[in-house]
Order: sequence, then C-alpha cells, then structure tokens
Amino acid sequence: MPLAVQSASEPISLHAKGSVARRQALSRLSRYVFLLATVVGIAVLAILAVDTLRTGLPVLDWQFISSYPSRSAENAGLRSSLFGTIWVMGTTIALAIPVAIGTAIFLEEFAPKGRFTALVRLNIANLAGVPSIIYGILGLTIFVRGIEFGGVTLFPALGTTILAGSLTLALMILPMTVIASVEAIRQVPPSIRDGSLALGATRLQTVRHHTLPGALPGIMTGTILAISRAAGETAALIMIGAFAFIAFDNKSVNDDFTTVPIQIYNWTTRPQEAFRENAAAGIIVLMAMVIGLNLIAVLIRERFRRK
Amino acid sequence: MAADPSNVRLQGDPAVLQRQMQSGPLKRPGELSVMALLWICGAISLITTVLIVVTLFEETYHFFQEVPLQDFFFETEWQALIPGTESFGIWELVAGTANVVLWSMVIALPLGLAAAIYLSEYAHPRTRSILKPILEVLAGVPTVVYAFFALTVITEQVLRPLLGDDNVPIFNSLSASIMMAMMILPTIASVSEDAMASVPRELREGAYGLGATRLEVALKVVFPAALSGIVAAVLLAIARVIGETMIVALAAGSTPNLTLNPLASIQTMTGYMLQVGLGDAARGTINYTSLFAVASTLFLFTFALNVFATYIVNRFREAYD
Repeated sequence: MPLAVQSASEPISLHAKGSVARRQALSRLSRYVFLLATVVGIAVLAILAVDTLRTGLPVLDWQFISSYPSRSAENAGLRSSLFGTIWVMGTTIALAIPVAIGTAIFLEEFAPKGRFTALVRLNIANLAGVPSIIYGILGLTIFVRGIEFGGVTLFPALGTTILAGSLTLALMILPMTVIASVEAIRQVPPSIRDGSLALGATRLQTVRHHTLPGALPGIMTGTILAISRAAGETAALIMIGAFAFIAFDNKSVNDDFTTVPIQIYNWTTRPQEAFRENAAAGIIVLMAMVIGLNLIAVLIRERFRRK
Repeated sequence: MAADPSNVRLQGDPAVLQRQMQSGPLKRPGELSVMALLWICGAISLITTVLIVVTLFEETYHFFQEVPLQDFFFETEWQALIPGTESFGIWELVAGTANVVLWSMVIALPLGLAAAIYLSEYAHPRTRSILKPILEVLAGVPTVVYAFFALTVITEQVLRPLLGDDNVPIFNSLSASIMMAMMILPTIASVSEDAMASVPRELREGAYGLGATRLEVALKVVFPAALSGIVAAVLLAIARVIGETMIVALAAGSTPNLTLNPLASIQTMTGYMLQVGLGDAARGTINYTSLFAVASTLFLFTFALNVFATYIVNRFREAYD
C-alpha cells in the first residue's frame, strides 16, 4: 500500500485548495472572534474599574473612612456602614456556617436514602435560585415584625437590627454554603472513612476526625465565596428596612445598622456630583473587601488541591 | 444481620462485651443528640421554604380580597402608589422584567457562548487557567456596583452622548440590560464551558478524523452534545436577571411601561418591590399587600425556571459512560 501512495502521479501538497482552504481559513479566523468575545466582558469591567478609581481615589482618605454619614458630601464617610458590615458579616457567619456544615454532614453521611433526604436535596437546589429580595421579604415579615399566632409569640419581633439582618442573610447564603460543603465532603475518598470505621471508630468519630478535616479546605472556599456575596448584598437589607441614617458605632446585635453597599446605593441616588464621588470611593472599599475574600478563597483552594 | 452488633451473640469477658457494644454505630446518648442536631439542620432548609411560601401567599390572599383576580390579569395598567387612582394590572411590571431579560440576553448570549467555546475548545490550558478565575471574580461583583456603573457611566457617558439626550431618558432599560449582561456573562460562560468540557474527547477526535476543522468540531459536534447543559446555564442566567433588583431599581426607572423598547423608562417586578420597601408601607394597606402579590409572581417565575432547568439537565443529559 505505501508503494501505491508513493507512485501516485500527482504530487501531494499539504496546502488545501478550494472549499477546504476556505473552511480552514474560517476556522483560523474563528479563534480570534471567540477570543475577542471572551475579552469583551473583562475589558468593559476594566474600563469601569479605571473610571471608578479615577473618580473615587481623590475622595478616599482616612477622613472618609472614619466619618459618619452626613448631609454634606465633603464630611460624609463610611464609618458607621463599615461597622455595620463587619457586625453583620460576623453574625451571619456565626449563624450560617454551623447549620450549613451540619446539613451537609447530615445529607452526605447519615441521611437514610429516602423521600425526606431527596426532598431536602431538591429543596436546597431550589432555594439557591430564590432571588435575594424574596429573602428580604421573608426577613421583614418574620424576623423584623415577628410571628404571632393566636396570641402566642412564635418568633419575637426584632426590629431592623443587626440580628434580623444577619438572620436574613444567613438564610440567603445557606443553600450555596450547603452545596459547596456537600461537594467538599464528597471529595473525601471513601477509603479514609472505611479505614476509620474498620479500626472501630463510630460514624460520628469518623466524621469528626477524618471526613471533616479532609473536607475543610473545600468548605472554607465555598463559605468565603458565600460570605463575599452577603457582604455585597443590598436589596434584601433594604427590604427589611435597613437604610436609616446611622451616626454611631454599633455595639451589639440589637443595634440599628447600615452597610457599605446600602451607603453606596444611598449616595448613588443623590443628584449631586460630590455624592457620586463618595459612591465611587465606597465602591473601591467594597471591591477591595470582595476581591480580598475571593483571593483568600482561591489561595485556599490552590494550597490544598489534591495532587 | 451480622453487620449489626446488637444482633451478634457475644461471648467472653463482660467488660470487653461492654466496649464492643459501645463502639457500635450510634449507641452513645451524646452521639444520638448530635444526630438530632444534624437532623434539625437538614430540616431548617425545608422550614425556610415553607416560611417563604406561607408568608408570600398569606398576604397575597389579602391582596386578592381587595383586588379581583381578573383585574390583576386583565388590567393593563399598574398604578399602585397614588391613592384614589390605583390600578393593579401585573403585565406592565412583567413587561418591564421581560424587557430587561430580552436585551440583556441579546448581549450576553452571543458573548457568553463564544467565551465558553473559546475556553473549552481553543484556549491553551494556561490561558484558560488565567481567564476562568477572572471571569469567576466578575461573577462576585456586588450588584450595587453594576447599578452605579449603569447609571453614571453607561447612561450618562455612553448612551446619552452617543444617541442624544432627547432619545435617552436618564432612567432607561438599555443601561440596566447592558450591566445585567455583564453580570450574567460569567454564569453563562462558566456553566456552558463545564458542559462542553465534559463532552468526551472521542467525539472530537472522530470529527477531526473525518476532516472537520476546529470551528466545525466546536459548532457541529461539541455544541450540540453539550446543549442540555448550555440550555440549563441560560435558564439559570434568566432566573438571575428576573430576580436582580439593584441594577433595575437604580438605572431602569420607576415608571411601569408596557413596552420592550430598550430606550424606554420602565419598572420591573423587583424594581416595584424595592420602591415599596423604601417607602416603608404600613402593614395592611393595599401597597403593602401588593408587594406580596408581586413577590409571589416573581417567586413563581424564578421557581418555574429553576425547576425547568433541572428537568432539562436530567432529561436530556447525554450519558457517555
């Protein structure tokens, strides 16, 4: 057979002609079209980022960070909203993470394979798609105003406090934290569990000493991403009524509060140019927090990536 | 039977027996209480859903005691906030949402799918490992930031100078749609890329073996094979657009408007909800209950999209193993 090829009368050319050449040229061109499309989104945001830095950086100084909100743009600052954001983040973490990890352990390690478990799984997937503003309405009716049924208080009215806001955000980030934790627990090889059980550990001991430590990096990555989403959440908190004028430092979870994204929203709605500059400076602070959290998450993921 | 320690007939030293009994699965009272806690954790998510449905539909029921169902579905005007002239036809708000969905998809769909094809079929692994995390960071940008951009940059520095102040109202659907497209671009690109990456190599190699070019393999082999995942990605993106509040509240306006014109000032379902939320409507008023009627409508829309996306993935998944 090779002989037949060598004796072919026409010389073999590696360069295609006619329709094949056209198809190949189109294919080569397509690479750059697709690359361009990929870069468009990133480019638009790069332009916006530069624009924000140019507008916001001149305003961003210690005076801006450490001042309370004010009616005059020059004196207004982020102090109370930074306090509020830190308080709300801390409380949300404390409320959401134990429940999320508990749910994930329950689903992956103990839940009997049955209707109830299937229902919980499906339900969590659907909750992850519920818009944040709906969680805001839930927070308003239940946490802020309380539930009373036939004269009995089932849930006390908390008012628009840090606790009410954190409960709302905790419910909001619960589904995505559970999903991330379930994924992380699944990544732990079954051989580690079997080894532990074979040596006589109980199922709970196995979870505590082997499954959880193995899954921890994945759980932390997912949790940090969820927290960064909560840090930027605005609509749910506005729905529960958190857009008051706050000019004091938060001291407990029963305080009224405002957060950085709410402050940015507030400044953006003002017509004066000076408040727009404040909003841009606030965005720089908020983005620094969100990107910082994302970087930590990525670093944890890379550091513990299973070889 | 033999696996359950309590059923094994044990012999020998009672102390050893005692230990064996205790080390069996979940025989300690402490462990049982931890199990109970874990069970409660699992139940919390179910309780959340029940609470969402109950709170939404209770007030919605009160709303429909004052506003007849046929008004809600057949009136064409939504005028809720001026006393005396109230009219509650949901379609203006649904049209506002549809307007933003339409135009954000017109922008995000080609860009997102092209990005997914590039990352999955063309990019060098190293390029991919740089671009994908950047896209994922974009997905984490708080939406209030996009809202600020839509109003101060897209409308004031791009659309108005480009198309003229007379043609572009300060609050318009297009600026919100553009930023919305940027917001969901990473979702579409990332989820579709996952779907394309899981198409087995044999399919591609078969096509190359038959003389297909890279473009043909991408569009005629990989894309159709990953279609169920791509459709799911798009449905999830639409659900996010429908539920997004801050961008439309700040940039799209607060005038309910039955139009798909991108240069019109509109109001979406979420935009109306935030407006009522900011106004702090008193409990029991028609404004307050209308908030819940709109919220229920929104909830049903997003719920249907999410269920449909899950169904598509399960029903049309191409299994290659």
